[in-house]
Amino acid sequence: MQRRLKDINFLDVVLWILRAVIIGAVIWGSIATIIENPYPINTWVETIIAGVAQGSLYALIAIGYTLVYGVLFMINFAHGEFFMAGILTATIFLAQPWGKSGFLNQHPLIGLAIITILSITISVGIALLTERVAYRPLRKAPRLVPLITAIGASFFWQYFFRGLFGSDVKGFPQLEILTGKISVFGILVLKTHAVVIVSAVLMLIGLYIFVMKTKVGKSIRAVAEDKDVAALMGIDVDRAITITFATGAAMAGIAGVLYALVFRQVHFFMGFIPGIKAFTAAVLGGIGSIPGAALGGLLLGMFESVGPGLFLEGLGIPAPHQLKDVIAFTLLVLILILRPQGILGERISKEKA
Amino acid sequence: MSKKLYIFSILIALSLILAACGGAEYDCEDALGCVSYAEGEPVRLASALVISGANADLGLDSQYGVEIAIAFQETLFGHEIELQAEDDGCSAEGGQAAGQKIVSDPTIVGIVGTSCSGAGVPMSKVVSDAGYAMVSPSNTAPSLTDPAVAWNPGYLRTAHNDEVQGKAMAEFALEVLGVTTAAAIHDGDPYTEGLARVFADSFEEMGGTIVEFTAVNKGDTDMRPALAAVAAAGPPEFIYYPVFTAEGGFLTKQAKEVSGLEDTILAAADGMISESAIEAVGEAGEGMYFSGPDLGFSGDLYDKFIAKYVEDYGSEPISVFHAHAFDATRMLLGCIEQVAVEDGDSIHIGRQALRTCLYATADFEGITGTLTCTEHGDCADPQISVSQLTDGEYVPVWP
Repeated sequence: MQRRLKDINFLDVVLWILRAVIIGAVIWGSIATIIENPYPINTWVETIIAGVAQGSLYALIAIGYTLVYGVLFMINFAHGEFFMAGILTATIFLAQPWGKSGFLNQHPLIGLAIITILSITISVGIALLTERVAYRPLRKAPRLVPLITAIGASFFWQYFFRGLFGSDVKGFPQLEILTGKISVFGILVLKTHAVVIVSAVLMLIGLYIFVMKTKVGKSIRAVAEDKDVAALMGIDVDRAITITFATGAAMAGIAGVLYALVFRQVHFFMGFIPGIKAFTAAVLGGIGSIPGAALGGLLLGMFESVGPGLFLEGLGIPAPHQLKDVIAFTLLVLILILRPQGILGERISKEKA
Repeated sequence: MSKKLYIFSILIALSLILAACGGAEYDCEDALGCVSYAEGEPVRLASALVISGANADLGLDSQYGVEIAIAFQETLFGHEIELQAEDDGCSAEGGQAAGQKIVSDPTIVGIVGTSCSGAGVPMSKVVSDAGYAMVSPSNTAPSLTDPAVAWNPGYLRTAHNDEVQGKAMAEFALEVLGVTTAAAIHDGDPYTEGLARVFADSFEEMGGTIVEFTAVNKGDTDMRPALAAVAAAGPPEFIYYPVFTAEGGFLTKQAKEVSGLEDTILAAADGMISESAIEAVGEAGEGMYFSGPDLGFSGDLYDKFIAKYVEDYGSEPISVFHAHAFDATRMLLGCIEQVAVEDGDSIHIGRQALRTCLYATADFEGITGTLTCTEHGDCADPQISVSQLTDGEYVPVWP
């Protein structure tokens, strides 16, 4: 007993108080909100579904962070730009002209399929180019170097696309078949939200099978485990890394199309905030873990959406929805304090970290 | 070795003597010091406008206005005029950084900026403390010219004060549209918050009811939770969200999808009057209202300005505040001309004298009207109009 008391240091006490304060505030706020009951039940349902849809997008983008981190131990901050590049290009060259000519509403499925293919192609192309030019030469450099390079690459692509397509906001046409709501188990859901959630789930399952069950997936996992040994076993490390980048970017390309369907506006700067949020989601779920990225994305989306109304409204904070980011990043801090490896992350050995 | 050193020291001594012969030191009596330009040196202005990021249209449009005003002026006392264009980033950090960068350069005499009120607040302080003067073409937040809040002695603006705009919108909603309940949404930026606040206060003063006054998160995409809160509180007949293009686009589209807000009348402000904003709101924006400066300008100077704008930049003005920027620059150049002291081929400009001259501006004929500065730097001749988005174009409907 005495020894345990001696082991407790000042930092532990501060962290314990911090945890207690945050959890206390959340519980207090939620109870106060529930007692006050400011919103009807269908407002809550709408908010939760919006949160799940947003979270699915975060999850798809977070995959890219997690895959690259798993293989290279590098945070690819340019990933948000891969997401932007694909859909921005597809909007300008396909969606906008087709929206004007009416083609998109006559053949929505074919139209969307081609838009998705172009979006994926551009996202993957840019990702591979960035990997080849900016990251590969630095693979042996200290880990801070590629990190800073990634930030530079992010700026480069942002302003490259601004120069190419201009700085104004581009509208994405509204599809008639995706307008309105459908009833799922008696709950009215926006059709776009339903499409996003279903596609995201399918993509994540597909990705999981790809990484866990195929030969290529196995080579990626082997490289993630130990690059040198994998090379000795005859695995082409460069190829595995290239495929990792391509897979992450393809997910981002699809996320871009889903984003455009829901929010119907794209912009050269649109990758920045979702990129940061998806990175948060990846850390939340345990960076390096694919189910972790999915779970982290969903949780983050839900907390952002429901949190302000649930926790902050009850605490009497005016205009709580402005504080969405506070919720998101408090959640991150809380997870980092309580479980530094993330929800589903494995404790990384010192050697790897 | 020693010979080399010898020649070197002689060269240094010679250059020192030559430098000393360069001219007698000008005796500056200005309280804030002087800026001097020797023969052949250009007179240097700086701009700090949002020329990157989501609102680049707003800032570039103003910067074009500044450049045209400089082109029309050509020279000052035989000196060329040079513009150093900085970026205010449409954020407090950006304004602070641009301000620091500009005041570290003693050859800059005057500043046109900032675009965004959020950037204007810190920059006004930095610039005024360093003795410089700035004229903003598009800051409209009431706090910037309120000495109790954020006014500083080197700050002026040619844009209207949102006290006027918010009141005009409240009047339009109550008297023309005949609504009695409204909600206001801002994004925490001093411009949007100030305008939403003035609107809400005026609306209640004139007898309406504000059911919800809330805010969204700048840079966010999913506005449904905030809109759901508005719907749950009312739902109101009218929502005013004087925010910027990206957030405004999301609010407009998502408002139509939130239960309870399908028939609510939507309205935004001058931060969303641009080609880019029409794209952003899309079909959902059809029929919504926008308050903003009345752009029904006329006159020879305006025709000449527009001709030059189209010729140099290849399009009609891309946003709202080009004319205000043009007027701001002309005001600045006019005052430099008035207070500059000619001394042979060089000129000297007292910084305090320049400020005094700017604040004394009265009955200045600009494109945007007849400008007269108040003691706290509000120089605009505020003309607010409300337009409605009809078939993808802003059609003025009031007054």
